[in-house]
Amino acid sequence: MIKVEHLTKEYVLRHQTQSYTALRDVISEKARGLFSKNEKQVETFKALNDVSFEIQQGERVGIIGRNGAGKSTLLKVLSRIVSPSAGRITMDGRVSSLLEVGTGFHPELSGRENIFLNGAILGMSKSEIKKRFDEIVAFSEVEQFLDTPVKRYSSGMYVRLAFAVAAHLEPEILIVDEVLAVGDAQFQKKCIGKMKDVSGSGRTVLFVSHNMGAISSLCDRGILLNKGSVEFDGSAQGAVERYLIRLNQGTGDGELAQRTDRTGNGKFRFTSVAMKDRQNKHIEEVFSGDFLKLEFGFEAAENLDLSKMIFSVVFNDDFQNPALAFVSDEMVTDFSALKRGHPLILEIPELLLRGNNYSISLFASYGDTSVDAVCDNISHATTVNVLPSDFYGSGKTTRSGHYGINKANYSA
Amino acid sequence: MAQRTIITPENNDANYWRDLWNYRGLFYFLAWRDILVRYKQTAIGVAWSVLRPALTIAVFWFVGWMFNIPDEGVPRILLVTAATLPWQFFSAAFSESANSLISNSNLLTKVYFPRMIVPASTVIVCLIDFAITFVILVGVMIALRYTPGWQIALLPLFLLLAIVTAMGAGLLIAALNVKYRDFRYLIPFIVQFGLYISPVAFSSNSIFSSEKIPDWLKFVYSLNPMVEVIDGFRWCITGGQIVLNERAFLISVFISLMLLFAGIRVFRRTEKTFADII
Repeated sequence: MIKVEHLTKEYVLRHQTQSYTALRDVISEKARGLFSKNEKQVETFKALNDVSFEIQQGERVGIIGRNGAGKSTLLKVLSRIVSPSAGRITMDGRVSSLLEVGTGFHPELSGRENIFLNGAILGMSKSEIKKRFDEIVAFSEVEQFLDTPVKRYSSGMYVRLAFAVAAHLEPEILIVDEVLAVGDAQFQKKCIGKMKDVSGSGRTVLFVSHNMGAISSLCDRGILLNKGSVEFDGSAQGAVERYLIRLNQGTGDGELAQRTDRTGNGKFRFTSVAMKDRQNKHIEEVFSGDFLKLEFGFEAAENLDLSKMIFSVVFNDDFQNPALAFVSDEMVTDFSALKRGHPLILEIPELLLRGNNYSISLFASYGDTSVDAVCDNISHATTVNVLPSDFYGSGKTTRSGHYGINKANYSA
Repeated sequence: MAQRTIITPENNDANYWRDLWNYRGLFYFLAWRDILVRYKQTAIGVAWSVLRPALTIAVFWFVGWMFNIPDEGVPRILLVTAATLPWQFFSAAFSESANSLISNSNLLTKVYFPRMIVPASTVIVCLIDFAITFVILVGVMIALRYTPGWQIALLPLFLLLAIVTAMGAGLLIAALNVKYRDFRYLIPFIVQFGLYISPVAFSSNSIFSSEKIPDWLKFVYSLNPMVEVIDGFRWCITGGQIVLNERAFLISVFISLMLLFAGIRVFRRTEKTFADII
């Protein structure tokens, strides 16, 4: 059982960005303090603000939220890595936390040696590691290279070995940060399968992820954090929906403009997204195979020749794998009519996707698509909810899924 | 039996020492890692552990012979060896433990364990190195056909004094180093300076019996706990031919215990902020 009461974690913000405090500064600060009564102005930031919840044994809880919502801080406090500023946590049972795969892996040591070292760091005893050693090796698929220093491993092998050790922890409470987003798709599936096994055996699991698919399939309860506070605590599905709505709201006029989790040189920036139907009416969802018009508000630097822009709009599934992409430089496009103050429009006559939630990522670059040319790159710009429809006119609604659908005929 | 963990902003001392015991496996593995890694990809491997002190001993022996530094009627090479080994142990244990938190910062920010394990395990690694270098001393004694007296049985006691000193200073500087990286630059200086004020190249007796040196300066000299560690080593190995200054010995023990106490206190008080500021 985990009981969290009024948990708060406060950080003092320093505006001078120094990587560490120099003794000299402290001394001069103190010296100045002797002569002036001025209180030094410190700004504090509450990474966690009065968070309370209770988790029963055997519950599988997903913790979700935007970047900076306090998810990782919460896990760090629960794992006793950082100490809270106020509040109290009571946990019954052996706790293991997995905030990173391969913590403490030493590049010079062999795979075999690292299994023991990493196991010990994660809290396994030597006899436990010995007992599970063969399982770990089998899971990691690196038998051949057990006695090779891990610095010679490919990154895939490294991650597989690291995850294999972590997957064989057997604590009563398991705390996992976004660590499943590693390795290739096949290994990810294996990891999620393993996580299901672990959580199926009556263990309490706390799981942070941006992968909504993994959250809804692994967890039976979801906690949505927003700006350090619990915004929603209930079913996993409910929390995921709420989160996706938030993401959606994040794209209302003005909000996309304020998003900072984007890359690019900023000479061109997407500021809003709107979904419309054939009649130019705002819509929230669209049926499989229907018409969809996306309108993108933007701002661009004065000297930017808009006719040389390249845009890409990608529909991604819950795992952030692209399902559908519209890249302008491979299409017949003419942006010479594009004007500041008017939206960029993407018309999709038939949206050939099956029913599900898709998140859209946007990309704009100037001239070519090299790294330096990228103006704006933003993921989760909005969510498109595609509803299954009677696509084939067969009288039956098509199945949902994260993949395409297309007109076709079977015949003899 | 279910284990209950309570996390509050305050320290919980009773649990801390219990945790330290529970995490002894990690302590062992960290030491094991450092030993394994130490001489990876080197051609002569562990021989480095012997070669470095052996060369230092050779230089001190030569300098002592050149400048005719008093040898108290004991073979000079024995005198130098008996001082170099504990000094090298101290300087390695102190500087490595003082830097250990910084060099293991990736662990500190990702997993929980009583942080004291990190500096403590580096001291253990240095202790193992010391045991290896001990073969030099044995070699010298065999070469000189020198039989030590009963005093050699008390050698572990002086080694313990060296461990307590290194651990205390190491913990203190390690904790301060997390917040004030100034200490990173101070550590090599302390080690170098320490070598000059410790009786490695000379003997304490020539200080204590000197008429040129005022009493207060002799007192200041004896505040350095390594003075009595080295004198103690010489006393044990030469079968009491090198005399121990009792007053200086008591001062040393007191100072090194105070150092350990202060080290643990400062470390414990700052420990919970390590992951935030490292």
